[in-house]
Amino acid sequence: MTAVLENTTEAAQDGQAGAVASFEVTLKIRRYNPEVSEEAVWEEHTVTAHGTDRVLDALHKIKWELDGSLTFRRSCAHGVCGSDAMRINGRNRLACKTLLKDVNPDKPITVEPIKGLPVVKDLVVDMEPFFASYREIMPFLITSGNEPSRENIQSQADRDRFDDTTKCILCAACTSSCPVFWTDGQYFGPAAIVNAHRFIFDSRDEGATQRLEILNDKEGVWRCRTTFNCTEACPRGIEVTKAIQEVKRAMITRAF
Amino acid sequence: MQTHQYDVVIVGAGGAGMRAALEASKGARTAVISKLYPTRSHTGAAQGGMCAALANVEEDNWEWHTFDTIKGGDYLVDQDAAEVMAKEAIDAVLDLERMGLPFNRTPEGRIDQRRFGGHTRNHGEAAVRRACYAADRTGHMILQTLYQNCVKQDVEFFNEFYVLDLLTDHDLTTEDIEDGAEVNATGVVAYDLASGETHVFQAKAIIFATGGAGKIFKTTSNAHTLTGDGMALAYRRGLPLEDMEFFQFHPTGLAGLGILLSEAARGEGGILRNSEGERFMERYAPTIKDLAPRDIVARSMANEVREGRGAGPNKDYVLLDLTHLEPAHIDAKLPDITEFARTYLGIEPYTEPVPVYPTAHYAMGGVPTNIKGEVLRDGHNVVKGLYAAGEVACVSVHGSNRLGTNSLLDINVFGKRSGRSAAAYAQTVEQHLPIPENPAARVEAQLSEMRDRPEGERVAEVRKALQETMDANAQVFRTRESLEQAAADIRDLQKRYKNVSVQDKGTLFNTDLLEAIELGFLLDIAEVTVVAALNRRESRGGHYREDYPDRDDTNYMLHTMAYRRPTSAPDAADGHVEGYFDHVEDFGDYKVVLGSKTVTQTRYEPMERKY
Repeated sequence: MTAVLENTTEAAQDGQAGAVASFEVTLKIRRYNPEVSEEAVWEEHTVTAHGTDRVLDALHKIKWELDGSLTFRRSCAHGVCGSDAMRINGRNRLACKTLLKDVNPDKPITVEPIKGLPVVKDLVVDMEPFFASYREIMPFLITSGNEPSRENIQSQADRDRFDDTTKCILCAACTSSCPVFWTDGQYFGPAAIVNAHRFIFDSRDEGATQRLEILNDKEGVWRCRTTFNCTEACPRGIEVTKAIQEVKRAMITRAF
Repeated sequence: MQTHQYDVVIVGAGGAGMRAALEASKGARTAVISKLYPTRSHTGAAQGGMCAALANVEEDNWEWHTFDTIKGGDYLVDQDAAEVMAKEAIDAVLDLERMGLPFNRTPEGRIDQRRFGGHTRNHGEAAVRRACYAADRTGHMILQTLYQNCVKQDVEFFNEFYVLDLLTDHDLTTEDIEDGAEVNATGVVAYDLASGETHVFQAKAIIFATGGAGKIFKTTSNAHTLTGDGMALAYRRGLPLEDMEFFQFHPTGLAGLGILLSEAARGEGGILRNSEGERFMERYAPTIKDLAPRDIVARSMANEVREGRGAGPNKDYVLLDLTHLEPAHIDAKLPDITEFARTYLGIEPYTEPVPVYPTAHYAMGGVPTNIKGEVLRDGHNVVKGLYAAGEVACVSVHGSNRLGTNSLLDINVFGKRSGRSAAAYAQTVEQHLPIPENPAARVEAQLSEMRDRPEGERVAEVRKALQETMDANAQVFRTRESLEQAAADIRDLQKRYKNVSVQDKGTLFNTDLLEAIELGFLLDIAEVTVVAALNRRESRGGHYREDYPDRDDTNYMLHTMAYRRPTSAPDAADGHVEGYFDHVEDFGDYKVVLGSKTVTQTRYEPMERKY
């Protein structure tokens, strides 16, 4: 399944690169700089944008032309590196994958850091707790016995079994959209479970029991309340909630 | 300032850096310093595949792969290095699979393989299925798999640390070093973005794996963070940069945006068409058509547009047609890139052709190394303890034009080799070599000068001007006039750079400051690129001079070695520069001097390059 943005038909009409007229857009950004103040404040900036511009382009415009101190992470700028997850109009998205015209640019677009992780500065959060959870679920292939001299044999059907969860880019959009994670930062969170799923259902892997043990913890999969926020937030279109359910089921049936 | 001591320090945590780390950390105390979280590295954006002659789906062998790589690079490839890469490709792919990489599979459950540009059976007969792949996110899976194994092996990372200086025991910019004399790399100086502190890393061996420099161009598939840091640091410390005039323009960037659409789209049957609907590649490369190497396809596309057969309202792009492919096939093999077309251009590739145009993609040149990954300080002397691998390096397996998938191969083969060499070397060194008393002084002065400059031009303005002149004057088609224009612009921009200022004067997470520092790297890399391009009065691979449209093996079957030297340095013609090319470009404070290095040939005589 691919993630398709809303308004595709409208977009198709003006899909010609550069053929769309420019428009004004206001970003209402949550600013926080501990070197200046302990209080976070809302700040508005208006810039001129073009048809195919994304929220990241507007943020860059502000940073490069108006206020160099505006701070956010970004790298690839096309939705594969996972640097720029942020809360845009109340929903977690990647700034580089969200076209301005798709988030109603007629009203100010709110941009905040993702929730549940400590804010470092402006839109930058401390990702360490997130990666720590990821590392805990043993996110690597576990095998025993002699290594094959060639590749491991795996049928395409077995390969397809965990295809969806291999798409994860560790952007934290899912984990930081989860109400359970907001109230309990100890919860492993959807992203860690997605990455456990990726190995638990890999026919080559022999570490499923260990991972299920880890996720059977009181901060593990059972905390999931199936609100589907994570699935909705995932910029890669991963069916996150489904993956979590599959891990829960594997915990009970021990079939994987 | 904090100081650290390691046996091996690796700069960069993309594919090359992490592959090196997996090797080095087995036998040496290793740290990886990266300006990004490792999984953010741009290896993750690579799509189509990684070639290796596994022969899982049809007859193939590594010797054919070697030949294709050499021919694809228009014979400027060092043939010993290409042989190493093609031969070790097989184990590199198998290593990754055993590390957990989820490759697509054949009906027998082996690693599946598909066609890719320039990869052929039996020296050019027809396209061969050689690219091992995981849908169209092979790079993503490589990056994830390597990071996962780094977690498994408990590799130590310093994330969001920017390396801003290389420490050596001799100043190569000013000292006249004898042939055979020992020069050592002793450490690096890094800046911790989160705290604003400088850290000095003393190391017995250092591996540069900092990636490319695509941001010297405006239209590029590269990440914002690909600013040529490692190349520029080496260059500033007096080391040469090799073959920087050769930059690859990937044929299929999303028009107007430069976002990459993998060559796998054509490997899976996609066709390029002009405004008349014509499959124009039949005219330019009659045998392998749309699967010709990238330099040829990019030039053909640009030529179609120049001759008025471009599509769209401004006739400024061509079309990538996938509409004859089954939607299910597209979903299975090309899910990500078709989603890019939908997301960014609102185009549905099932039913509409996708607007594409060449996008700056890959630096064939870089920091010169030998096949062990050791960095050269001229045509043949190595810098002890300094290694480089991946796009930052030039070994040279890509010559004047890299074949698709060979970069993922390069990072795995030479990442592993450099990691192994660095650890082995570190084990022979008993004591860390002394570093200067205040090793961070240069970096701290540079940072505070930039931060404290009260007002001046914005960084973004200078960067934009640089990227625009590079796109206009040093892209697919080049002439002496266009390159002289670019050189003049860069001279002017280097001056303007001295007066840029940043608005963020803070200490914590100051990305404004780092963008200013990165702009300095970009200007230096653009400078070398243009000077080397001016000097090479021939057309070869990715470097096409309209005023010299033919390859000239008599005068230019040589690698370019560009050195930055003080204006007061002795005249290069006196023998101070190995293989001196009669070309010096004065930039006021310093000059760029061009030397050369012979191309290693083993068994392939240069031939005319036809597809």
